[in-house]
Amino acid sequence: MNNSIALKSILTKEIQRFTRIWIQTLVPPAITISLYFVIFGSLIGSRIGEMGGFDYMSFIVPGLIMMSVITNSYSNVASSFFSAKWQRNVEEMLVAPVPNWVIVAGYVGGGMCRGILVGLIVTLVSLFFVDIQLHNIWVIIATVTLTSATFALGGLINAIFANSFDDISIIPTFILTPLTYLGGVFYSISLLPEFWQGVSQVNPIVYMVNAFRYGFLGISDVSLVTAFAVIIFFIVTLFTVAMVLISKGIGLRS
Amino acid sequence: MTYALEISALEKTYKGGFQALKGIDLTVEQGDFFALLGPNGAGKSTSIGVITSLVNKTGGKVKVFGYDIDTDLEKAKSFIGLVPQEFNFSQFEPLVNILVNQAGYYGVSKPVAIQRAEKYLKQLELWDKRDEPARSLSGGMKRRLMIARALMHEPQMLILDEPTAGVDIELRRSMWDFLKALNEQGITIILTTHYLEEAEMLCRNIAIIDGGEIVEDTSMKKLLAQLDVETFVFDLQVNLTLSTLTQFAEQSQSIAYRVIDDHTLEVDLNKSQNLNQIFEQLNAANIEVLSMRNKSNRLEALFIRLINKKSSATKAKQQSAVVGAN
Repeated sequence: MNNSIALKSILTKEIQRFTRIWIQTLVPPAITISLYFVIFGSLIGSRIGEMGGFDYMSFIVPGLIMMSVITNSYSNVASSFFSAKWQRNVEEMLVAPVPNWVIVAGYVGGGMCRGILVGLIVTLVSLFFVDIQLHNIWVIIATVTLTSATFALGGLINAIFANSFDDISIIPTFILTPLTYLGGVFYSISLLPEFWQGVSQVNPIVYMVNAFRYGFLGISDVSLVTAFAVIIFFIVTLFTVAMVLISKGIGLRS
Repeated sequence: MTYALEISALEKTYKGGFQALKGIDLTVEQGDFFALLGPNGAGKSTSIGVITSLVNKTGGKVKVFGYDIDTDLEKAKSFIGLVPQEFNFSQFEPLVNILVNQAGYYGVSKPVAIQRAEKYLKQLELWDKRDEPARSLSGGMKRRLMIARALMHEPQMLILDEPTAGVDIELRRSMWDFLKALNEQGITIILTTHYLEEAEMLCRNIAIIDGGEIVEDTSMKKLLAQLDVETFVFDLQVNLTLSTLTQFAEQSQSIAYRVIDDHTLEVDLNKSQNLNQIFEQLNAANIEVLSMRNKSNRLEALFIRLINKKSSATKAKQQSAVVGAN
């Protein structure tokens, strides 16, 4: 059995899915991000002044790109895998000799592709509003790749447990969005009172946004080593959980 | 000898305590065309679910071409092609993509998969629809799509769970021809169906499952030989009056004729009688037979008898348990 062909099949199917409905998947993030730039960057940002030694618009660009990557890699896998459960075409994979890690890797890979593609689109849109600086391209690539993998895994676990389409919107609405907004996208956590700085340190998105911002601007509220350690810890944990759930057939086999 | 399918003491108890399979044993030989029949809720789909790993068993063993699904699941899966009862493909994807992706899950390379997709879509008369989303297909087309999909990795064993449900008779017959041709190529076929005529026409061996237990497991010939009485219908040349026919029927001592109208006779034939006796009597009375057929599906009569026997036995057991408790 050639697992690379099975992996490629799942990945191709996933990429075909989100590109087939590009108006729903690729265009909205570009519009949303433009609005953020107009409102927070041009209108309000000009009154805020500098943040972390950079003008506000430049400061928020990495966070906004990361926010799009997080949201899209998560929602792609959550909706695609739940839809496959709901239409029961997930059974096509379950009856085939596809190892569980290939199913996980295929869906997560699809989520990462959408997250990274949307990240690129948002970056291109941001060029209309601000001159983007590059401090360390490798940190940018590593952060965006690992972050998209983390949230794609999260989306997969959400979809495994979900019993209705409502169930795949609860986590993004009530957990993901608050964590993103409180994850230092729009401000430096050093501005927060000490107590809230401590609270922010349990928010994994703080580490992702700051590592990503370091790649662009060379500034970060947290150390890079800690940031990557946290991201890798989440990837390993979520991957293990996803593997256990699929091998036990939770939500998939009766 | 390695069986295509070997099931021993298979049990499945669902959450909530419902016992769908109560330790069934079953073997299917390689190259067989095997019918698994039973009323709704008997355990057919659960059995298929366990074999194809869509349902987790709670006890027993399943081997597919000698490979145990507990220890060699991926190898066992590679032998099976499944045509499920419910449509379970993405409604939004074009037919070709559905087939090529499915082949990919079995490690079939894309160029080979594209060739096979063309072959099966043409054989199943779906080629014109290849680029259309699956949701645009009619019910019969969707069933054929699932057959094509199940064949994409060229399995050794094809399991069809009610493949002709809701399919018109013309299409059903063309599907029968297609399945017979596959079986002649050496593919083992396991079929569940509610059309007992279908099982009788296609299958060599048969198991009947009821209440999670196998109540019959034999060859179709042996099962049909259990029939005590068969009813034949004779279509007659209209050259006699109804009263003449009625008189003929009443006079016959050895054979019980029923006159339906002036050109139709029915007769119940038991095992000690043969058709020659009937034809001799009809010839002697100058009754000309145009055609003859079985009145009802033979397997259906047996099926109902076996299921009723099982349900009577269960009731008797329950009653004796109640009496014992009192």
